[in-house]
Amino acid sequence: MAVLEHLTWEGARKVGARLTTPLLPDDYLRLINPLWTTRELRGSIEEVIPETEDAATVVIRPGWGWSYEHHPGQYIGIGIQVKGKFHWRSYSVSSPPARTGRSIAITVRAMPEGFLSEHLVSGVAPGTIVRLALPAGDFVLPNPPPAKVLFLVGGSGITPVMAMLRTLDRRGTMPDAVLAYSSPTKERMIFRSELLAFSDRHPRLTLHERHTDLDGVMALDELDTLCPDWRERETWACGPGPMLDAAEEFWERAGLEKQLHLERFSLNFQGDGGEGGTITFLNSGKVAEVDGATTVLEAGENAGVGMPYGCRAGICHTCTLTLVSGKVRDLRNGDEFSDPNENVQTCITVPVGDCVLNI
Amino acid sequence: MAIADVKDYTHLTNEEVEELGRELDAIRAEIEDSRGDDDAAYIYRMIRIQRRLAVAGRATLFASSFPPAWVVGTAMLGVAKILENMEIGHNTMHGQWDWMNDPEVHSSTWEWDTAQPAEQWKHSHNYIHHQFTNVLGYDNDIGYGILRMAREQKWHPVNLGQPVYNALLATLFQWGVALHDLDLEAIRKREKDPKVMKKQLRQIGRKIRRQIGKDYLLFPLLTGPQLVSTLTANATANLMRNLWSYMIIFCGHFPDGAMHFTEEEIEDETRAEWYLRQMLGSANFEGGPLLHVMSGNLGYQIEHHLFPDLPSNRYSEIAVKVRALCAKYDLPYTTGPLHKQYGQALRTITKLALPNTWTSSDGPEPPAPIDRGRRGDDSRPIRRLETGNFTAHATA
Repeated sequence: MAVLEHLTWEGARKVGARLTTPLLPDDYLRLINPLWTTRELRGSIEEVIPETEDAATVVIRPGWGWSYEHHPGQYIGIGIQVKGKFHWRSYSVSSPPARTGRSIAITVRAMPEGFLSEHLVSGVAPGTIVRLALPAGDFVLPNPPPAKVLFLVGGSGITPVMAMLRTLDRRGTMPDAVLAYSSPTKERMIFRSELLAFSDRHPRLTLHERHTDLDGVMALDELDTLCPDWRERETWACGPGPMLDAAEEFWERAGLEKQLHLERFSLNFQGDGGEGGTITFLNSGKVAEVDGATTVLEAGENAGVGMPYGCRAGICHTCTLTLVSGKVRDLRNGDEFSDPNENVQTCITVPVGDCVLNI
Repeated sequence: MAIADVKDYTHLTNEEVEELGRELDAIRAEIEDSRGDDDAAYIYRMIRIQRRLAVAGRATLFASSFPPAWVVGTAMLGVAKILENMEIGHNTMHGQWDWMNDPEVHSSTWEWDTAQPAEQWKHSHNYIHHQFTNVLGYDNDIGYGILRMAREQKWHPVNLGQPVYNALLATLFQWGVALHDLDLEAIRKREKDPKVMKKQLRQIGRKIRRQIGKDYLLFPLLTGPQLVSTLTANATANLMRNLWSYMIIFCGHFPDGAMHFTEEEIEDETRAEWYLRQMLGSANFEGGPLLHVMSGNLGYQIEHHLFPDLPSNRYSEIAVKVRALCAKYDLPYTTGPLHKQYGQALRTITKLALPNTWTSSDGPEPPAPIDRGRRGDDSRPIRRLETGNFTAHATA
């Protein structure tokens, strides 16, 4: 039938929306199954698998609209409702990518100061609906991988590296790889048994364990004995901030910074700040005077505006609002946005002069 | 008589008014700090119930030529529309649920099931009405540009038709609300920017097409042979919602105790004085929990006007505290059963169809204002925060 030939998913959705206006068909479908909606990316917690006493792998079944083809090493945003309020964090995906998947896994260590990680590791019940942001990040392994690789890992920094190693394992493309992995104790070493099994199976993978409570923190010049050819290797480093700072400096001194890939879980603003200015929030009429270093999001929150927010790192676009007039600058790269009614990400932009936001 | 200075009217000193303001701020802070899982569960449950009712109503109407199905389906759809407009839509658009950081239940994204586009509603209601509540010449909700609702509004022979206009407004309330932000008064006086008006009309037109398409075209057609009975059912559900929301809204500011103000009052109004004006200008009604849910908790109109962006499910507990404050400061707290409150509004509509000299006022008489002089610019305090000030950007 000619009609059926033209019947597409999108077309059906459009017709459905005429019936459900002002809502979308998704708003009703999710009453049947909470994952049947593309309005927001959602997932359902399937399982929380303890890895160590303070870390766990959280298996999530994403809903409609998810792509399982992430690059090994990328992270996802996850929004969890705690005390009625959605809080967002980014965590590395620890499961390997798949063309057709059913679930993804993130591995989280409960941080003393991080109430969300604590909540994920110990308190989140299977069946809990969370919000998700698509995989992102440049800390990825190319395919095929370089011939010689060094992974420099501290603590829960193992998670993106684990996704890479699992991918290499599954694809059978393990290169000459060295993994220098530090953790306070043997017991707190996430994925230890799986990594030992990997190094048994893959003669080209060398695992150097370091238990810092016993042996102290690894100094980078120990690399010369541990992995004498480190200068020839493409290096991926992930771990605590001070470790990454040290690595950056070390590789720079060797003039090899191009071979070093870093993953930081905090924003590093490269662009110039704005000039600051007065931000007017249209619906509430609240006004904020801000300097060039305060993001539009922070300014709104300080003024008591109910700003939407997500990852706070320019990834998930949850915080996007319409800039009615004025100009804002992206703190990451200095890009400026000034078209009337342009959508801007408030978490990574600062005002350049006076501007008006539609919220 | 309208009030030019609420402090004089209430015989409170500046310090007492400011102290009252601090106590109200404290109530706000307490509620803000205690919002949590239960509140989120409340609004999600309400949304779930409303959507299920809507689906069940529409589904039942596929048998709408069978009279019992018509009655049940219409009732479910009507109740769903009432819940959506009042407890869910109106309150979400006030930002009552923004604190959850849930983009699906947020004032910036919510669109409601009525002909008025959300964006225009947020301007004409959240800002104009809530900022300038009951101030003559500022608040269009005093009669919506159609009815004469205050004795200070000049009488005109055209007002003689008020009982008829009122009946029409009640029946066609959805369409009256759709025109809310157009500001009929301004159009009549030719003060309206034609560009803004064109944009607003386009927005309204688009929304109306979708609303009419759904209720009066697509769903009736889908039910096939029952086209006509589905059409009448949908029209009746919309009428139910129109009459109900009209009545609830008329109980908010038109019962006898609710007062009007002149623009002198807002001249250099402090935040605390704004609070005071909201209390004096609004009226509650009494009833059980079901009545309050069905009226979007607007039976707590006083509390809603004090804290328009606090979650509606908390108004009942706020009301206890506000009432105690009214007793402490010897302030009126206007409330009564729904039929009494609406009866008073209806009587005012009828009376004010006639010139003032033919009727007597039912409102409380404020004393003559005491002239205390004006405040200097430097001592003029910051105005309200929750409703803010709109600029031409909102509508241009």
